[in-house]
Amino acid sequence: MTAATSAATELRAEQDRGRKVAQNREKWASGRTYISAVVILFWCLAPAYWMVVTAFRDVGYTYDTSILPTHVTLDNFKTAFDTSFGNHFGQALLNSLFIGTVVTVVSLLIGVFAAYALARLNFKFKYLVLGFILGASMFPGVALITPLFQLFTNIGWMGTYQALIIPNISFVLPLTVYTMTSFFREMPWELEESARVDGCTQGQAFRKVIMPLAAPAIFTTAILAFISSWNEFLIASQLSSDATQPVTVAIASFAGAQPNQIPYTAIMAAGTIVTIPLVILVLVFQRKIVAGLTAGAVK
Amino acid sequence: MATEVGPTSVKAPASGGAPIHHGPKGVGEDNRIATQGRWAAWLLAPTILALSVVIVYPIITAVVMSFQKDAGLDPATGLFVEGGPAGFSNYVNWIFQQCPAPSGGTVDCPPGTLGAQFWSATGTTFFFTIVTVAFETVLGFWMAVIMARAFRGRSLVRAAVLVPWAIPTAVTAKLWLFIFAFEGIGNKLFNTTVLWTGSEWPARWAVIIADVWKTTPFMALLILAGLQMIPAEVYEAAKVDGASAWQRFRMITLPLVKPALMVAILFRTLDALRMFDLPYILTGGANNTTTLSILVINQIRQGFNAAAALSTITFIIIFLVAFIFVRFLGANVVEQQTGAGKGKK
Repeated sequence: MTAATSAATELRAEQDRGRKVAQNREKWASGRTYISAVVILFWCLAPAYWMVVTAFRDVGYTYDTSILPTHVTLDNFKTAFDTSFGNHFGQALLNSLFIGTVVTVVSLLIGVFAAYALARLNFKFKYLVLGFILGASMFPGVALITPLFQLFTNIGWMGTYQALIIPNISFVLPLTVYTMTSFFREMPWELEESARVDGCTQGQAFRKVIMPLAAPAIFTTAILAFISSWNEFLIASQLSSDATQPVTVAIASFAGAQPNQIPYTAIMAAGTIVTIPLVILVLVFQRKIVAGLTAGAVK
Repeated sequence: MATEVGPTSVKAPASGGAPIHHGPKGVGEDNRIATQGRWAAWLLAPTILALSVVIVYPIITAVVMSFQKDAGLDPATGLFVEGGPAGFSNYVNWIFQQCPAPSGGTVDCPPGTLGAQFWSATGTTFFFTIVTVAFETVLGFWMAVIMARAFRGRSLVRAAVLVPWAIPTAVTAKLWLFIFAFEGIGNKLFNTTVLWTGSEWPARWAVIIADVWKTTPFMALLILAGLQMIPAEVYEAAKVDGASAWQRFRMITLPLVKPALMVAILFRTLDALRMFDLPYILTGGANNTTTLSILVINQIRQGFNAAAALSTITFIIIFLVAFIFVRFLGANVVEQQTGAGKGKK
């Protein structure tokens, strides 16, 4: 009797110990996960944080290294838009917005048909077309710039908007096509049939069933397309003028009052203005963006 | 999908999605594919046409240009000469680093001129590519493994990695220029007094660190997407069979994530080979940070045709690297794209 009890107790103790070891191991593992997560957060956010902090810091304290905001001022944002040193940041913002919008709309309008065909139809040479479009998206920008530089010089397009929009389409359009292709492939197209069976006309089925389903995919693709156009630098740095330059070029060539002194605080302010809308957009549509970003590679 | 049940209809492969109907039911399979082919041709035409105009046409022009002489002053006579066919001389000049000599013919380009930089720029480009992609792969894999775990705040981490990705490269370059400024936070944090953009190795590391910061998230997200396609049961089964964590990683995670990983590495490699923005803004190409792309840009204003030859060489190099990846390392982009990689077909 007692032996049996003690055996049972021992067994229970053993089980408890085992559970504790497992729990400890789990705790330790989740602790390590948290430490790693904090390291990732720091690595990704600290430089961006430093940009924002510097943007709000008085220019006299540019190299202040205190981690918290000190000498807070909005002057840098005024300096960023100041045109007296030959900077055109305000204009550049509008230019980027304009170029990005046109490139995105054109690429979507053209690309949506191709994506539909690639996702939904069976035809010969499908792999060839896909390969061509993927190849086009990895194409080096410098291979385009030389002939375009000469061509646009000859026809007097240097520094015009079209000279910036057309080359951007060369890498935004392939991106749009393959992102949308993978989105479309995952859509429940059989709902279109069901709607028809339930008495919808083809047009109604498209408007009421397919459009609402496809809208998020198209919207996400539009964001990705806009960002890649917004971030373009190589082509714009060569083909734009002071009047048409996008923000990336404006920030790269930002000049201060003294020629030998880089106006870091104003540049960080400009960088913050350029980045914050993108970051908000990306964070709000995080899930969709990640799906779109990785769609071409793994789906 | 199953509404069409005729003797002639064959279920379309899953990768192609459900077939749509054109024409009456019972049309032969061949006929339907022909119809779909016609539709596809119409739908694809605008994209193919646009890409032909913005990519194929410039490429052909560049190749044609690269076989032309640049107009300019003849060093022998001091007179202005028109261009004209150049044969392979532009290519030969770059590869053997030869410049036109005053006495006619060519001599070794003097150090410091663009012509003398081809091999150093190629070396720099490959150095940057190999080092950054290696760092990004290891770091990205680690981040992906962390993000794949279930823990509170996971979505915060997933959101945070998008921040460096969303910041334009031009801004990233200026930001790191500021961090690496002599009196900047970089030197302060590491308690060093390095003039980061002032000499070769610090300048190279500045570019590498900035690039790794900016692009690791992209790598991590691609690998994460690959990790998430591995069914949890496989791990459970391995655990039951007594496989250690390291064994599970080596025997399950690595082989199963390999297709996605290879595509991610391919994308990043091709991207790194054309690296331009970061070194151009961060170091201006000084101190041996001139990549092939920067060399092309510097050459453009000194002669279109020589620049065209160099950009064609760059293009061929990138093409060869892509070919090697797809052919020998099994980075099957198109199959991944069409869903055949998932084993649906």
